[in-house]
Amino acid sequence: MTDVTASGVPEAITTSDGVPLKVSLARATRRQRMQALLLVLPLLLFLLVAFVLPIGEMLFRSVYSPIGPNVLPNFSKVIHEWDGEDLPPEAVFEVFVKDMTEAKKSNEIGKTVGNLATRVNYEIPGSRGLFTKSARKVKNITEGPYKEALIALDKRWENQHIWRTLQRISSNYTASFYLAATDRKYNEDNEIVRADPLYQIYLPILGKTLWLSALITFICLLIAYPVSYLLATLPLRTSNLLMIMVLLPFWTSLLVRTTAWIAMLQTEGIVNNILVFTRVISEESRIQMIYNQTGTIVAMVHILLPFMILPLYSVMKTIPPYYMRAARSLGATGTYSFIKVYFPQTIPGIAAGTLLVFILAIGYYITPALVGGSDGLLISNLIADHIKKTLNWSLGSALGAILLAIVLIFYWIYNKLVGVDNLKFG
Amino acid sequence: MTALDKLPAPGYIAYAVACIVAYLFTGTLVATIGIALIIGLPLFFMSDLPPYATWLEKFGQYIFLLICTMIFIFLITPVLIIMPLSFNSEPYFSFTQGMMSLDPAAFSTRWYQDIFLFGMNDPNRTEGWWSDVWNNATWVKAAANSFKFAVLATILATFFGTLAALGLSRPEMPWRSAITSLLISPMIVPLVITATGMFFFYAKKDTFPFFPRGLINEDIGIVLAHATLGVPFVIITVTATLTGFDNSLIRASKSLGANGWTTFRRVIMPLIMPGMISGALFAFITSLDEVVAVIFLADVHQVTIPRQMFSGIREQISPTILAVATVLVLISICLLTTLELLRRRSERLRGLSPG
Repeated sequence: MTDVTASGVPEAITTSDGVPLKVSLARATRRQRMQALLLVLPLLLFLLVAFVLPIGEMLFRSVYSPIGPNVLPNFSKVIHEWDGEDLPPEAVFEVFVKDMTEAKKSNEIGKTVGNLATRVNYEIPGSRGLFTKSARKVKNITEGPYKEALIALDKRWENQHIWRTLQRISSNYTASFYLAATDRKYNEDNEIVRADPLYQIYLPILGKTLWLSALITFICLLIAYPVSYLLATLPLRTSNLLMIMVLLPFWTSLLVRTTAWIAMLQTEGIVNNILVFTRVISEESRIQMIYNQTGTIVAMVHILLPFMILPLYSVMKTIPPYYMRAARSLGATGTYSFIKVYFPQTIPGIAAGTLLVFILAIGYYITPALVGGSDGLLISNLIADHIKKTLNWSLGSALGAILLAIVLIFYWIYNKLVGVDNLKFG
Repeated sequence: MTALDKLPAPGYIAYAVACIVAYLFTGTLVATIGIALIIGLPLFFMSDLPPYATWLEKFGQYIFLLICTMIFIFLITPVLIIMPLSFNSEPYFSFTQGMMSLDPAAFSTRWYQDIFLFGMNDPNRTEGWWSDVWNNATWVKAAANSFKFAVLATILATFFGTLAALGLSRPEMPWRSAITSLLISPMIVPLVITATGMFFFYAKKDTFPFFPRGLINEDIGIVLAHATLGVPFVIITVTATLTGFDNSLIRASKSLGANGWTTFRRVIMPLIMPGMISGALFAFITSLDEVVAVIFLADVHQVTIPRQMFSGIREQISPTILAVATVLVLISICLLTTLELLRRRSERLRGLSPG
């Protein structure tokens, strides 16, 4: 019932306390939205501290490298004025010599000559000795001309390349680790070029990772498709029983399964024993199936297979069996009706499974590390090596950032095509 | 009835021929029986094909089932094969001659004893044997650590994850898909990247309250890492139980005078319980199995089962690993059974299936 005021304009509907209904509804909705958000907030804050900030820290480390300014504070301020032609002016040399003398006395981590030498060595392999040697003797240079004295110490100080590199690393932020991670470097003329073929490691490994992941995904799809079809078409009682065969490996520890594959595939292992026993191969020609790419592929296919079977199965279960029968009754052959009727309906499952397996495969670390030998290693293993062994943290971070970018692209595609809320287990 | 009807079907003849060929090729009876089993197994699963099915279709069906049988063997063999192998009396990773001929002397439980003995100060002492085990045996310490981390991480992940899932499944949740993607991402981002980030971030000094030296080499760092990795599983499973949740139940409960907490405890909680428990189980097993974060964040004393296995496989591979693996598989079977029972209960509660 609408009251009509004297002017004839209908008045807005109000709640009993006189607030317009629209405002009241908006208020109630906002409160509900806030309530929903409040429920999620604790987890968001938790993940912010435990997950998002750490990854941000890694990304930051991939461009932040303050060793130059830390070890040579004054030099880093003046070297920027050098135009890159010839050699830096005498004044810069003087500051450099004094900074080096100071740095030699420092023991603080991140501020020693050793740190600087390592940092420059990343840019110019083999230059480490120049810094450590010069640092020992530089305190003897007490008066000018510093340029001549330094060059007398070591001829290599005459080289422009060294000074240009020092100029480049005298800033807190650098892109040089991304260059290194993509097998590029600065040449003597300060131009970005591809590294020597001998030093090209990361792009080939990245390529191999993508290729192996694609291969593993494809094998998984080939294997998972018939099994999921069987599971989806069998009566529920039987298929539940067979499902255990899929879920048990899924629930078994990754390390247990990797160990099991070592026992299966090693030269004295079960597969080789069976092959010898059934006279497929002779005792002498046992096959090397583990500690190489084959081992990585077999073990990873086994480990990732459930991630392909489960989405495929859940899609196939929703396809009514009478579609195929209808196609057959209309005269299509078995193969034709499968290709034209059944297969197109399974494409959502294929998309979900392939993307998930591919995303998980790209970042795999444990299995390649244990059964990959040397040629079955993936990009993750390289990252871990840089973080834990060679301690080139910035390069490890840059590689990690590249891997993260690739994974996020595929995650975005997955989100668009499949939607994260469709992720299910069991 | 003609004499022809008494002849066996062509399938059986083919089967017999295949077995004979296998025997002639391998020359051993055991191998032939194995092959006969594998190629015979699909025959049991041959479903009733319609009468108009051609010979080619029947053959196709058989080949399809044979392929499926092989795939199931591929899936399950590695998990099962470690069990008999762990009873090897020799320090090898493969079946010995004695084991093949079922010689009792070739089997032993020495590797299971080794779980307790490895790392002990003096395994032969009689006094204080158990305290020696508890304090020094490597695997026992690793198990204690593993369970400690897993329980704490599970509690954290389940608590935060369930709250968030409750919020996410509300119809009025803003930016739902973006937030869900973020909350699921710990499962998607490669472990090495997560671990690297944590390794840098948790090492920061004077950043975290109560931990001036950072969270590296502290239990809390590993627990946080494992909880992060467990969260997506809790969200996925609890959200799944909440789909199709009847919101009028909440209104009904409120109209009957229950406050928010009572409604949660008496109405929502029983319904999402199966999802919560299976999410918690997933989080638990994720933590129990996690090794990358431990390698990056823990110091040498914080050994867990997977870490000990990892270094064991790399350095001195011994069948003790197989014995531990067998125990882990048994744990997995228990968890899987629990989960299956929960799933059925949940479906029954929500009226999705007759049970």
